[in-house]
Amino acid sequence: MALTSDRTTLGLTVGFVAVALLGVFVLPDWLLNQILVAFSRALAVVGLLVLWRTGLVSFGHALYFGLGAYTVALLGRNYGIGEVLVTLPAATLASALVGFLLGFIVRRYREIFFAMLNLAFSMVLFGILVKTEALGSTDGFNVEQPTLLGIGTDDAAVKLTALFLGVCAIGWLTAVLVHRYLGSILGSLTTAVRDNEIRVEYLGYSAAEAIHGKYVMSAALTGLGGGFMAISLGQVDPESMVNWTVSGELVFVTILSGPGSVAAPFIGSLIFELLRTYAFELVPYAWQLIVGGTLLLIIFFLPGGVWSVLSRLAGRRGVEP
Amino acid sequence: MSAILETVGVNKTFGAVTAARDINVSVAKHEIVGIIGANGAGKTTFVNMVTGWLPPSTGRIRFDGRDITGLAPRKITRLGICRSFQVAQVFMTATVFDNLMIALGIADAHGLGVLLPLRVRAREERADAILRRYQMQDYRDQPASTLPQGIRKLLDIAMAMVAQPKVLLLDEPTSGISVEEKFPLMDIVMGALKEEGVTVLFVEHDMEIVSRYVSRVLAFYQGEIICDAPPAEALADPKVKEFVIGDDLHNQTLLQAGALQDGAQEVSDARG
Repeated sequence: MALTSDRTTLGLTVGFVAVALLGVFVLPDWLLNQILVAFSRALAVVGLLVLWRTGLVSFGHALYFGLGAYTVALLGRNYGIGEVLVTLPAATLASALVGFLLGFIVRRYREIFFAMLNLAFSMVLFGILVKTEALGSTDGFNVEQPTLLGIGTDDAAVKLTALFLGVCAIGWLTAVLVHRYLGSILGSLTTAVRDNEIRVEYLGYSAAEAIHGKYVMSAALTGLGGGFMAISLGQVDPESMVNWTVSGELVFVTILSGPGSVAAPFIGSLIFELLRTYAFELVPYAWQLIVGGTLLLIIFFLPGGVWSVLSRLAGRRGVEP
Repeated sequence: MSAILETVGVNKTFGAVTAARDINVSVAKHEIVGIIGANGAGKTTFVNMVTGWLPPSTGRIRFDGRDITGLAPRKITRLGICRSFQVAQVFMTATVFDNLMIALGIADAHGLGVLLPLRVRAREERADAILRRYQMQDYRDQPASTLPQGIRKLLDIAMAMVAQPKVLLLDEPTSGISVEEKFPLMDIVMGALKEEGVTVLFVEHDMEIVSRYVSRVLAFYQGEIICDAPPAEALADPKVKEFVIGDDLHNQTLLQAGALQDGAQEVSDARG
């Protein structure tokens, strides 16, 4: 277990600034759009990474992804609020609150039971959304035009660039804060809890409380990601925000990324987005074959995810999964 | 001398099985107490109750004048009772140094202090000092999963001592360790514990170890304490001979050779 290095903050800053500059001056709009969606999902995957380092995998984090997305959408539809400084914190807080409450239950379970309990909760939300006309049922509804400090635009290109820069800024801030967290005493309890809960207890800290805190953190980040995804896509519906396949995608990207760094989810998520897009272009009715095959290759040959390749290339030892 | 740890009428039952029966023990500050008994005699149950892993069915446990009966392990640890385990409980994927850093971090952390960086120079220096005290410098950057059994046990004990407890319970510190390693390991441990001035209770099967290091022996049999006396006296006790030493061929051989009484007498003489 390597504890985090200080060079990571500098690397994250350089990386995100480089992506932002490339996006504004070089990259085509279609790729900007891909990065926007990928980074929105990556925010959620950072949360799953914290859980994974703790030895926990959730098959139901679409619950929080959907909660974040629907919070943003409902604030727009019911109150006409499109201000991202309101909607995104609200999405984060709503998911964190539900995560806090459900955390009292899930923190008692480990391994497959933890994973499936989360799936069960997400399916309940999916069922409620599908059956509730007032929440758009299966069709969902549109998201209010986003504004920043009251300023919005109808120009699609400007809007795309603004959202792209926004997701880069939030992505950078999230990555830096989570990196700092992982380097803190509480952050060191991720792998410590995974390795030996008994010793954690007998050092004077509650393993259950440590797990609860990390669960709330992952819920909050997933809600933030869902909120940003709703703004990016301009629409919410149960199928694309809360269905169990969304949870599966989040786990897929977590494995693809690897737990070695907080930067990994952003890289892994972009690879996933591009892979899915090109797989769909290539074989529209069997694109899952290519995506699934890739996951198999990752599990067999790269259990540390794409980050392990990058760290190997850089001559550094990655963190074990 | 005032009692730092006291159990009053402690019982523990698991269904029809009684694992501890009317345990009344009073341990004074700085005492080193050996807990002996055959497998299943109730030694580890006693340790588990004192450290909060198992709540007693009846009876009270007091520590430093405070009732700690039924408190969670982490609360008892924070109050000043720590323990090591028969099977070393360490963070297997972490290096020896990182194990100590995490232990120090938790010991230092209060309230929002848990959000402060783990790696700070002062804490790293303390971790290195602990490594030197327990003679583990050569294993500093080695993952715990690759350590020899004896070093892993040392690390387990060192981690338990990080919070500077008033009472330390060691559950079979030499189990699974070769005969050649036993005494060097115990010399390191007891030397470090003596420096810290901590009260120690340790469970042990090897009477040679017991007779050399403890000032008092609690002998368990079928959940009861059948003898509570200094080592020389305890090891000569007919009940202890029959129910504790009699079960163990190694100890029986030593007893017949007079090694245990000699060792116990040496300790007794040294303490005056």
